[in-house]
Amino acid sequence: MINKDLRSYFPILNQEVNGYPLVYLDSAATSQKPIQVIEALKKYYEFDNSNVHRGVHTLGNRATESYEGAREKVRNFISAKSTQEIIFMRGTTTAINMVAQSYGVANVQEGDEIVISYMEHHSNIIPWQQLAKAKGAVLKYVDLEEDGTLSLETVRATITERTKIVSIMYVSNVLGTMNPIKEIAQIAHENGAIMMVDGAQAAPHLRIDVQDLDCDFFAFSGHKMCGPTGIGVLYGKKALLEQMEPVEFGGEMIDFVGLYESTWKELPWKFEGGTPIIAGAVGLAAAIDFLEEIGLDEIEKHEHELAAYAMERMSTINGLTMYGPKDPGKRAGIVTFNIDDVHPHDLATVLDMNGIAVRAGHHCAQPLMKWLQVVATARASFYLYNSEDDIDRLVEGLNTAKEYFNDGI
Amino acid sequence: MAYSNLDQLYRTVIMDHYKNPRNKGSLEDGSMTIDMNNPTCGDRIRLTMEVSNGIVENVKFDGEGCSISMSSASMMTQAIKGEPVEYALKLSTIFSDMMLGKEIDESIDLGDIEAFSGVTKFPARIKCATLAWKAMEKGVENESHS
Repeated sequence: MINKDLRSYFPILNQEVNGYPLVYLDSAATSQKPIQVIEALKKYYEFDNSNVHRGVHTLGNRATESYEGAREKVRNFISAKSTQEIIFMRGTTTAINMVAQSYGVANVQEGDEIVISYMEHHSNIIPWQQLAKAKGAVLKYVDLEEDGTLSLETVRATITERTKIVSIMYVSNVLGTMNPIKEIAQIAHENGAIMMVDGAQAAPHLRIDVQDLDCDFFAFSGHKMCGPTGIGVLYGKKALLEQMEPVEFGGEMIDFVGLYESTWKELPWKFEGGTPIIAGAVGLAAAIDFLEEIGLDEIEKHEHELAAYAMERMSTINGLTMYGPKDPGKRAGIVTFNIDDVHPHDLATVLDMNGIAVRAGHHCAQPLMKWLQVVATARASFYLYNSEDDIDRLVEGLNTAKEYFNDGI
Repeated sequence: MAYSNLDQLYRTVIMDHYKNPRNKGSLEDGSMTIDMNNPTCGDRIRLTMEVSNGIVENVKFDGEGCSISMSSASMMTQAIKGEPVEYALKLSTIFSDMMLGKEIDESIDLGDIEAFSGVTKFPARIKCATLAWKAMEKGVENESHS
């Protein structure tokens, strides 16, 4: 159940900032952590901390059980077939880079195409730019509709038989748009391409079923879904992961090491060189338990309601422009906007002085900013601990900013 | 609402330069041109300068950004126009020190620029305030190497 009591699980929210109770509206950048996750990390370090997969001793066994138990939790969370398909990594960025450097380098040739969209985050642009440059491949962008959505017609027109990789975000970190990933994956497959999904803004907010989406790779980050920083997941179909070479070599990932040749462990460990992110995985497992207890469907519904309420309230402010789909049902809990004659930085400072945290800038999406023809925007993003009261505070803060900049001076 | 806190940052003179920027635009082709941006937020500035015999003969700025970055650029151009390059660099050092909350050289009268002292209390905005000054320093350094 989502109600106001939920907020009390998040100790950080119980503070004043600049003399006002904190209103945290920057969860798309990183979410806050519930006490359950903080306690899980504390417990791990106080009782179980040890290295994994090697100890004969009790702590080593406990740490290994926790780490591999977390992998099973993640598998279930995204409905993957097997834990062999779940690789722990630092986050979405590392995961996408790994796919580009391993699958991409092995499978993309000169003249081949890689297809992304104009709304992508830099972490789903630059790895492909680098791959395209190195291979002499062509990087193509799917154009956006006027309301900041992707049309399947345009997707179909952009993907060709030369396309080897399609990589699209599930939910836009700027527009809030929820993309038709399942349908795009189908178009990619019809053309013989593989489908990678940047799920960083999706996994925290909606139920993910990688088998239903039929995507080949799916990446997400723990810290945006109530988990700790430094842990993320790459899901990949087993058949693809098996063909792929690791990009990091060292301890943990080897089977046998000779003087001049070595062999790798089986999946998923061959991609987890070095001591893995054990505590991070433990924290992520606690975050998954927390989210599942509330229910991902509940969370998604709550965010649609908050987005709808925010859009309704904000549309009453003169000179305020919102970007992205007008229909709140088509978007996640993200509202990106500008107010005439008030730069988003100034807006964010005024809001901060009132205890309200929002993001201002280009949101790691410079090509999208260009498409929107803006230099920067302000963004309020909501999560399960936000309420309509927070949006009321935001609207009050926006009016203050407008008054201060437009009339006050 | 916390107007008094805001007033520490957005002093009247800063807002005046934001709304009525001085030396906005660009000098003719062939002038020294420096582009600089703030990658974390998208602010960008283009500074054009004419320097001869060690004097900043003329300087203009163009760009897009928040009130702090644009008013700082406006005041910076006003402060260095017609002045020796050495003086411009010295002012820049004093400005940086002021941003970092260090003791500053009081032998030079900063005039309106002193209004930016309030920025020290807003660490996230220091880069906005220093953008134009960094661009000027970069231009002058390139000039002395060429």
